[in-house]
Amino acid sequence: MINIVFWFFVVMTIAAAFLVVLSKNLVYAAIALLVTLLGVATMYIFLWADFMAGTQVMIYIGGILILLLFGIMLTHRITSVQISHTNVQRGVGALIVLVLFGGLAWMINITPWLEFASEEPVQTVHSIGMLLMTDFLLPFEVASVLLLGALIGAAVLARKES
Amino acid sequence: MDSLQIYLTLAAILFSLGMFAVMTRRNAIAILMGIELILNAANLNFIAFARFGGMNLTGHIFAIFVIVLAAAEVAVALAIIINLYQNFKSINVDEAQQMKQ
Repeated sequence: MINIVFWFFVVMTIAAAFLVVLSKNLVYAAIALLVTLLGVATMYIFLWADFMAGTQVMIYIGGILILLLFGIMLTHRITSVQISHTNVQRGVGALIVLVLFGGLAWMINITPWLEFASEEPVQTVHSIGMLLMTDFLLPFEVASVLLLGALIGAAVLARKES
Repeated sequence: MDSLQIYLTLAAILFSLGMFAVMTRRNAIAILMGIELILNAANLNFIAFARFGGMNLTGHIFAIFVIVLAAAEVAVALAIIINLYQNFKSINVDEAQQMKQ
């Protein structure tokens, strides 16, 4: 049963990712991106990363995707039906990507990965919080300054010059 | 579903598709979506290796920082795209070839 659920989410993620890349309509691509991000969040759950799954849903779907939709709405006239794009040099791109994926898949399958046995934790939030406040305190603070800088920069860039 | 290879292959598929979007799309927002796919593939790899490397939570911390960087990147990129639209009336990256108007 759990296997069926797992493979369902794997296929859903891949199919939605294809739709993101190939869809002619940019709004459809954004909705497909939502499904892809949700699929990756379920993969996190299968990998015992409960906190990361929640973070993925909240920040990617609740934040980044909404920002992308705002971007689509602000840069296209809603009344115009043509919210589309044109793909150039699809053949060459597909060839390069197929070679890239072939190499990656080959490497993944021949490498003898070192795997350690571990048991499923009850929850990871406590340990992640401890790590962030001890070993990774400096990167944590630097990340907050970086976010502040990026937000101020975005506000300055998007402001109309008067 | 308990093998590292499945997750790595899924991440490789997501990475390749994101790469394809970055290479062939001309709409700046579609390129941004491709970059999101690539970042998600990297995150999936981090968390898969954390799970199969003895549940080492350092991978989770790295994934959190990647998400933070993705949020900052999208905010700045959208500001730039809106500026591009105001200057060129289009967000086709092929048409934006000069730095002055």
